[in-house]
Amino acid sequence: MKTIIFKTASSYLLPLLLLFAIFILLRGHYLPGGGFVGGLIAAIAFVLHSFANGIERTRGIIKFHPGFLMPIGLSIALCSGLAPLLVGSPFMTGLWYHNPIPVIGMIGTALIFDIGVFLVVIGVVLTIIFTISETI
Amino acid sequence: MSNPYIILPVIFQLFTAILLMFFWTKKNSQKLISIICSLITLGISIWLITIVLLQGIHVTQAGGWEAPFGITFVADPLSTLMILLTSISGLAVSIFSTGSVRNARIKFGYFPIFHFLLMGLNGAFLAGDIFNLYVWFEIIIISSFVLITLGGEKAQLEGSIKYVTMNLLASVVFLTAIAILYGLTGSLNMADLSIRVANIENRGLVNVTAILFFVGFGIKSAVFPLHFWLPASYHTPPPAISAIFGGLLTKVGVYALLRVFTLIFIPDDFMTDVITWVAIMTILTGCLGALVQNNIRKIFSYLIVGHIGYMIAGLGMYTEAALVGTIFYLIHDIIVKTNLFMVTGVIFKLKGTYSMRNLGGFYKTYPKLSLLMAVPIFSLVGIPPLSGFWAKVFWIESGFITENYLLVFVLVFGSFLTLVTMAKLWAEVVWKDGDALPMKINVKYFWELKPIKRVAMIVPIVLLSMVSLYIGFGAEHIISISRLIGSQLIDTTPYIEAVLGPLNAEVI
Amino acid sequence: MELLLVVIIGLLYAAGIYMMLRRSLLKLIIGLILLGNGANMLIFLLGRIVKGKPPIIDASESILSGIYADPVPQALILTAIVISFGLQSFAIILIKRAYKVVKTDDLDEMNATDEDL
Repeated sequence: MKTIIFKTASSYLLPLLLLFAIFILLRGHYLPGGGFVGGLIAAIAFVLHSFANGIERTRGIIKFHPGFLMPIGLSIALCSGLAPLLVGSPFMTGLWYHNPIPVIGMIGTALIFDIGVFLVVIGVVLTIIFTISETI
Repeated sequence: MSNPYIILPVIFQLFTAILLMFFWTKKNSQKLISIICSLITLGISIWLITIVLLQGIHVTQAGGWEAPFGITFVADPLSTLMILLTSISGLAVSIFSTGSVRNARIKFGYFPIFHFLLMGLNGAFLAGDIFNLYVWFEIIIISSFVLITLGGEKAQLEGSIKYVTMNLLASVVFLTAIAILYGLTGSLNMADLSIRVANIENRGLVNVTAILFFVGFGIKSAVFPLHFWLPASYHTPPPAISAIFGGLLTKVGVYALLRVFTLIFIPDDFMTDVITWVAIMTILTGCLGALVQNNIRKIFSYLIVGHIGYMIAGLGMYTEAALVGTIFYLIHDIIVKTNLFMVTGVIFKLKGTYSMRNLGGFYKTYPKLSLLMAVPIFSLVGIPPLSGFWAKVFWIESGFITENYLLVFVLVFGSFLTLVTMAKLWAEVVWKDGDALPMKINVKYFWELKPIKRVAMIVPIVLLSMVSLYIGFGAEHIISISRLIGSQLIDTTPYIEAVLGPLNAEVI
Repeated sequence: MELLLVVIIGLLYAAGIYMMLRRSLLKLIIGLILLGNGANMLIFLLGRIVKGKPPIIDASESILSGIYADPVPQALILTAIVISFGLQSFAIILIKRAYKVVKTDDLDEMNATDEDL
């Protein structure tokens, strides 16, 4: 599928799709979207790029092994779950900062959890796809 | 009593796994972290069982959403006891793994996955919500899939295909059962379900759902006729992995059966008959299967099946005394089976084979090790006063009370078969004069290992042998805990009230 | 609608079990996938299908009014889909590895676990 149109389009699509993934991640709490879907979209952006330019080029863009995103994402998610325990609420209770911030919106533990999920999903999907395509 | 800290055993195992993932390439740091964190988890679980025994059932509602709408975690005596046993076995296997698991496997993430497995186990024991239980089961099976395939030898891959298929099928059956139960009651909280299921008019549909749950958990705990995947897969992975599988994974199925069939579906005559017959057939197939095997790991695999039958039999009689026996046997079985699979690991490292026919001469060459092996082996048979004996007293007593004479006969016959198998094993492996076996190139023998690794393989066996001696000689303490749990399994009001708050008379 | 779903679920379960009973490893996995989809549809069906609003409370009200869709089955199905995504990708890799090592796709020829070791 290495046509010139696809190749040129993919290099513009990658940043656009990543931006869209972050948009989906941020709107996730009250509207359809969230960390899982956002992570999938971000992963698909890289997969699309690898279809057009080959796996090696995509690895070059990411620079580190995508599996490394898993522990980072998991620790972010775990921290967001543990934060309420510090104030004596049950695990995973949503804590919110009351003043909305421009662009991002409301900040709370749920958003931090979603960011963790986002990173884990990117890490897992890219690891799976890179591993499968390497061994074919 | 509400206490947000009861999920610490789960969170701490998750924390350990994440920490280990950061040290992905450093195998010595991984070993150290795994042992230290297992020790801390043991501390946490001792704290948890102490507060539960002293202050009663503790509950936390995840996210602060009240039951029955949110996800509930319940720490009652049964679940905290299971967590304690998981932590003890987890610590032992963690130490054993540092000595026996090959570096190639550690490089592919053996330790993080192992701690994810323990996290799943702890979560399953604490779950107070049937769908949450399903999710924890999935975490357990996906971690166990990775552990059983890690290494990728031929027999291992074939064994894991059988294991993976049956476990995936069990999950689908379990999910189907949850779907029907949700359609019937509109609730997923186990305490809430307990009240709602009792009020359903359509008993036929309730029985169908109960049978679906029984099949789902039955595949996981390997009861007849759904047991055949177990002897085909448990002897294929490395001994450390077999140990944690043999000790804990099938027992999660038994735990789930105990939980669901005492809390949600109170067995009627039809269900107790089904369970009793399944138990009888399980005991017979397991123990007879063990009798004819030659591979020592396969013998113990079949004995796992047979002894699962004992525990199911206790559920089938459904008296308080029988359930006390089941709890006692569960405690004994987790410790002893973990220990026995580790013993087979040491035997393999010494001789390079699992074949009973070729083994021999242990008493002559390794008298101290033989003495150490005697403890788990004779505990398994249940020679008084060792730990396997006491549970059978309860079962046989309640077997006579409920007039289940066939079951009593099968229980005794099963113990007899276990005795014959173990006597055969003892005679072949320990007493028989063994020839020197040809050296295998791809096996790293015990004396070639570094001293620290040798210590790491012996210490957990000694540790678990001490625990199992304590269960036998200190049976009074264990029985008093088992009695408490047994009474709470029959009278579920404390559990329901702890989750949903005090009940008013109309609801019941 | 319910009747149609019931028929589809029945077909999915039947097809899944039929595929699992075949000798080929690949068909085994396809069977498992079909079974999983059947179970998800079953949750969807048994969560009661209603023509209603999403269960979101308007800012002007304090409780839900009118007919609304039960959100729990959707959450359950989403969870089950995510889980089965992971399990199935694992299973596919596993049969691929097994095919490379054992060099057969036929379950009948996988007897290494019964050999004496």
